[in-house]
Amino acid sequence: MSLARRRFTSRAMTALCGLALLLALLPLVSLLMLVISRGAAGLSFDFLTQLPRPVGESGGGVGNAIVGSLSIVALASLIGIPVGVGAGVYLAENGDGRAGKLIRFTAEVLSGVPSIVVGIVAYGLFVVPMHHFSALAGAVALSVLMIPTLARGTEELVRLVPRTLREASLALGIPEWKTALRVVVRTALPGIVTTALLAIARALGETAPLLFTALNNQYWSHRPDEPTASLTVQIFNDAVSPYDELHARAWSAALVLLMLVGLLSIGARLFARLRARGQR
Amino acid sequence: MISAPPPVASSGPHPAPAASDTARPKIEAIDLSAWYGTTHVLRNVSLSVPANTVLAIIGPSGCGKSTFVRCLNRMHELVPGARQSGQLRIDGEDLLSRKVDPVDLRRRVGMVFQRPNPFPTLSIFDNVIAGFKLNGIRGDHAAVVEKSLRRAALWDEVKDRLHASALSLSGGQQQRLCIARALAIEPEVLLMDEPASALDPIATAKIEELIHELKQVLTVVIVTHNMQQAARASDRTAFFYMGELIEHGDTEQIFTNPREPRTEDYVTGKFG
Amino acid sequence: MSPRHTDKGYEAELSALRNRLLELGGKVETEIALGMRALAERDAALAEDVMATDREVNRLEVQIDEACRRLLALRQPAASDLRFITTALKIVVDLERIGDLAVNIAERAIDLNQSPPLRPIHDLTKLALACQSQLRKSLDAFVDGDTAKAEAVIKDDDLLDALYHKLFNELLGLMMEDPRNIRRATSLMFVAKHLERLGDHATNVAEMVIFMVRGTDVRHPGSRALK
Repeated sequence: MSLARRRFTSRAMTALCGLALLLALLPLVSLLMLVISRGAAGLSFDFLTQLPRPVGESGGGVGNAIVGSLSIVALASLIGIPVGVGAGVYLAENGDGRAGKLIRFTAEVLSGVPSIVVGIVAYGLFVVPMHHFSALAGAVALSVLMIPTLARGTEELVRLVPRTLREASLALGIPEWKTALRVVVRTALPGIVTTALLAIARALGETAPLLFTALNNQYWSHRPDEPTASLTVQIFNDAVSPYDELHARAWSAALVLLMLVGLLSIGARLFARLRARGQR
Repeated sequence: MISAPPPVASSGPHPAPAASDTARPKIEAIDLSAWYGTTHVLRNVSLSVPANTVLAIIGPSGCGKSTFVRCLNRMHELVPGARQSGQLRIDGEDLLSRKVDPVDLRRRVGMVFQRPNPFPTLSIFDNVIAGFKLNGIRGDHAAVVEKSLRRAALWDEVKDRLHASALSLSGGQQQRLCIARALAIEPEVLLMDEPASALDPIATAKIEELIHELKQVLTVVIVTHNMQQAARASDRTAFFYMGELIEHGDTEQIFTNPREPRTEDYVTGKFG
Repeated sequence: MSPRHTDKGYEAELSALRNRLLELGGKVETEIALGMRALAERDAALAEDVMATDREVNRLEVQIDEACRRLLALRQPAASDLRFITTALKIVVDLERIGDLAVNIAERAIDLNQSPPLRPIHDLTKLALACQSQLRKSLDAFVDGDTAKAEAVIKDDDLLDALYHKLFNELLGLMMEDPRNIRRATSLMFVAKHLERLGDHATNVAEMVIFMVRGTDVRHPGSRALK
């Protein structure tokens, strides 16, 4: 093949790849543009801090939903992260036995369960016996969704820690459990934090598990056993309502949610980059 | 009637007389065998190492030399399905006995690995003192760090940046850091599994010089693929082949006049 | 030496060194034979041949030294290879010295040609033959790695010495008989001395062969006790 021809082929292929990239970016960019164009107008300090007002009244906001979403997710992280990371460490350290296989299988099945099913189960297990909807039930449902991702992610990361590092620690007369925690997990920690941040971001965007658990609340919630508002459920409710005002509120709330998720993702990236720099 | 002769080497409660202290081996393997699952990787090895000497173990890949060294600090048994039989003594005490806690043993028998493996999240200082900190041992950490780094001939190169990441060091420096880390807990025996195979000749020479210094205070067992290294750095050499100890003796004898034809073939490069 | 070296280049260099040594040994043997013939047949041309052969011997010696140095520097020989190479370095000196002795004998032959022949000295021929046989045996021992042969060489050196002393007395007798014999008999005494020295060098070679094969030094048994 002549040089000219090779150059031509190379350029054509580069162009094709660029085109594919554009096609992939198109939905993302249009989504962002749409949400910003429809939602930006409704954003204000009040929108972020006030309670929602009924149809017909102007003003108001989704302050309770923001706080609700954050507190449900915080509660879910409190349950999900220790369990998920702990399971992941166990899988990496002793995962070759029967118990390990069982846990891994369970995690795989769990990650395939649709989130709405998780919501119904939490409804049956918590809401029905407690006789009311609660943030706690929502948090449990979300944590169940977080655990398999965290467990598998943590396992992979812990397994990536070189065997030689474990050996270095054991050869110093450091007991196995201490080696696992203070050397192996410590080394994998930055990666685990990144994984956790991404899992939190995902949980923040879930609607279905919250529908029958945390439900919603027009007012501020003060306790974890009360029904609690969340951004996603608020958006869902507003979007399916027949009122234009509520539709506008849904767009603005969607923008807020997008920003929160984006913030977490960027945070995770920054953390990963910081760690990479620290290691050099 | 003839009375039973008195035992020659008594491992009983009576301490050996001072005169025979030097003659008594620091490390003694008696009929040591080891397996990975059903693979017999070490076959009835009997070998002794006098205190304050350097033993080099040579042999082709898979000959069991690393396994032998890993039995000495009971790292071998960490591999699933690994087991061992026979006796392995340090100062006459069988370290394969159930009464011996491998964690305690590893504080007496330090180890340096093929590739430098400092803890990447820790500073130079914290790497050296890791054995203390992670075991919760108190003491003058700064003094221990300086002493260990001096013994590992690294102090002058790192004294101004003790709190820099261990990964900021060169490969040879990292390996000496790992030696310092092993020395910090004052082991009696230092195992080195191909400690210079990933290093350039100058770094290698520094490690070998270090080995000469270290044998003043401890006993060194070094596994190496590099026969010249074994010749340069050791007092005694053992040749392993297919899990068996073929021959061991003074290094000079092994390299100038081995008794076993298989040793001869190996050191002259007639294998394969 | 049954298995081959994995490195074929190394194997080839070692066998080239061995062949050079054998070539050197052969040339030295020729030198002695020529030198003794020059003496017996009063042939100056043969004596000149000895000198020519010795120049080849000297060249070979340098080549062998170089080959040994190269092997030591580049191959880091061990065990039997190391002993072979260090042995080569030492026996090459002995062989070259034997060559020089043959040259000395040839020079004596030229010198003796200037005067009328003395009566034939049979023991000198006997000593020359014995020396050549010792040299040949020590070279054979080297080629075959045969320590029994090497030991025989060492043992037979005493016979050589006895023969030399007998010859010495005989030549001394000739001088006392007639002072005109002194000059020629002295020359012959030098030849005998050269032959005796030659036998010592052959013994050295045999001792080195034993070291090469067994790895134990058989030289100077008394000095070991001092260590």
